[in-house]
Amino acid sequence: MGTRQYVIRKIVQAFVTLLAILIFNFFLFRVWSPGDPVSFLTRGQGFNLSLEERAAVIEEYGLDKSTWGQFTEYMKDTFTGKLGVSSFYQGESVMAIFFRFLTPTLLLVGISTMISMVVGIWMGIRSGWRRGSKFDRGSMFFSLILYSMPEFWLGMLLLMLFSSQLGWFPVGGRVSTNVSSMGTLEYFTDVAEHLFLPVLTLALGYLGEFYLLMRSSLLDVLGEDYITTARAKGVLERNVLNRHAVRNALLPTVTLIALSFGYVIGGAITVEVVFSYQGLGLLTYTAIVAKDYWLLQGLFLFFSLAVIAFNLVSDLVYAYLDPRVREA
Amino acid sequence: MSGVEASRPSIDQDEPPVLEIRDLVVTFAGRIGLLSGLLGKEATSARAVDGVNLELRRGEVLALAGESGCGKTTTARAVMGLLRPDRGEILFEGKPLGRHLQKYRRRVQMVFQDPTGSLNPRQTIYEIVAEGLRIHKIHRGPAGETEEQLVARALTRAGLRPPERFFMLYPHELSGGQRQRVVIAGALALDPDLIVADEPVSNLDASVRGEILSLLLKLRDELRISILIVTHDLGLAWTVADRVAIMYLGRIVETGPAEEVLLRPLHPYTRALLDVVPEAGGIDRPYLTGEPPDPTNVPSGCRFHPRCPRVADGTSATYGVEALCRDEDLDLVELRPGHVAACHLANVDAEAATRTGSATATAEPNGQTS
Repeated sequence: MGTRQYVIRKIVQAFVTLLAILIFNFFLFRVWSPGDPVSFLTRGQGFNLSLEERAAVIEEYGLDKSTWGQFTEYMKDTFTGKLGVSSFYQGESVMAIFFRFLTPTLLLVGISTMISMVVGIWMGIRSGWRRGSKFDRGSMFFSLILYSMPEFWLGMLLLMLFSSQLGWFPVGGRVSTNVSSMGTLEYFTDVAEHLFLPVLTLALGYLGEFYLLMRSSLLDVLGEDYITTARAKGVLERNVLNRHAVRNALLPTVTLIALSFGYVIGGAITVEVVFSYQGLGLLTYTAIVAKDYWLLQGLFLFFSLAVIAFNLVSDLVYAYLDPRVREA
Repeated sequence: MSGVEASRPSIDQDEPPVLEIRDLVVTFAGRIGLLSGLLGKEATSARAVDGVNLELRRGEVLALAGESGCGKTTTARAVMGLLRPDRGEILFEGKPLGRHLQKYRRRVQMVFQDPTGSLNPRQTIYEIVAEGLRIHKIHRGPAGETEEQLVARALTRAGLRPPERFFMLYPHELSGGQRQRVVIAGALALDPDLIVADEPVSNLDASVRGEILSLLLKLRDELRISILIVTHDLGLAWTVADRVAIMYLGRIVETGPAEEVLLRPLHPYTRALLDVVPEAGGIDRPYLTGEPPDPTNVPSGCRFHPRCPRVADGTSATYGVEALCRDEDLDLVELRPGHVAACHLANVDAEAATRTGSATATAEPNGQTS
């Protein structure tokens, strides 16, 4: 099978997954969820509305139709970007709220993922190459501790130490309240100060995963005969590592990288809550607490989209990097 | 493997050997757990190779045979300079390895058991074959060939024709036999003097084994490459080798011309190995019993005595050497021209044979009893 078929197959698979999620979402939020749908669409005003107003809402969202009729309506709405309104945010459209909270989350989780990825992979390579060294034993120890520590707990510790006790960083939020009076530079510094602790928390939390995977896959590759062959042929140790070992050991890590980026937009619910950081994670938390079904439904859709998209990216990159996969 | 017949061109015995291994010892440090360490146990190191001597001449195929764990692969790796011997020397054209390692690596190439594992999955066939040339900064061949011509020639010699068709392929697109040919082409690109092949056909289908073996023999005949084949399979040694060295528990217990060793073995261990080789008229049942050899716990006397069928059936007692077998370590002794073995029983028997002047008697105590 050629590269073309592989790509087409993967894209089709992604669409099938998306379809399954849409169907599941429909049942989760429209069929199985308790409560009055009109009420969710009108800031909880359901029974205070006049009959005419109720009828208008019912008409607009096709709520009087059969399940199948509602489903086609729902699919049409979803593909045209009509995701409904949030009850908690006073009728603001779900789409607009999503994009408002997206940037802070991309900053927070994006930066943390990048840092832990680069540092984790670097440490993993060094550790695997010099297995049993002091560096290896030290990083193994710390990575396992960080890996097994709940992120929110680590966040609370850092918050207590650096914000409450030492007062070096703000205790929470995304920016200070007096944003309007700030110059550009001042604004950036303020944003960075608010980002520092949550980024540190997440970066430490994600580090272990990258480190452990990179280390073990490098160790696997170093046991292969082509590494011995390269050495026997006289390849310099530096090139044995870079050209032969790391190039192959990175393959499993590519999947992890892509999947991590898929989860980026899902935000980090616990850490965002601990630091009151207004990102998508905190938004999800708010929507759950407020039973804001339409907002939740929209968020679920976006999160799934991101995971599916990056999964597809990971499959395509993997195929580009590993010639064996294309044929499989 | 029938159909592959070594033509065995004459090997110049006066020429100095291409490769010489002198008294090679390789030990692996034992690992010890924390608890055992606290309890005062000491790590036992394993002598994987314990005093091996070998010579290999130009254009000669030497098979190093023995059970797994006998140290044959370790010997091969030491020859490749992949691990540092604890004692002894490896001489290439009379010069010790070590200082000239990089130059040496250009002239000695290795072929492994598993061709799939030996090829980097992310390199094209061209890159794989050209790698040796690039490492050793060979931009032109001896007659001014380009890198591409050298790669094409190596592939052709390894039997991959037309070579251009393989340049851009990846290892997974080839069959097992073709992959092993790529490995061999990678070795040939550098015009080696010596190829060390560690079980080169064990992972291949029976149908392609013969092809790969005849390829190796062809290279030996046409390019006068010396080949050290490491194998557990005496049938293979029988087919391709000029000389055979049998290894047991880190030592060589018998060496000599292939026909000599395989048709008239002196050592009971060689005898036992041959008994399971169909080519040698052997039977298809395990002949050896007892504990598999453990290099951390080498028996006293002859290393083979706890498993030796001649000790077990009392033959060595009849000849009055059982005590020697159990307690006296021994060296290789030349019992026939060019044919050496380390066996107390064979020693006395050879003396007996010399006294009576009978050549047939030599085979008897080692012959099958049943």
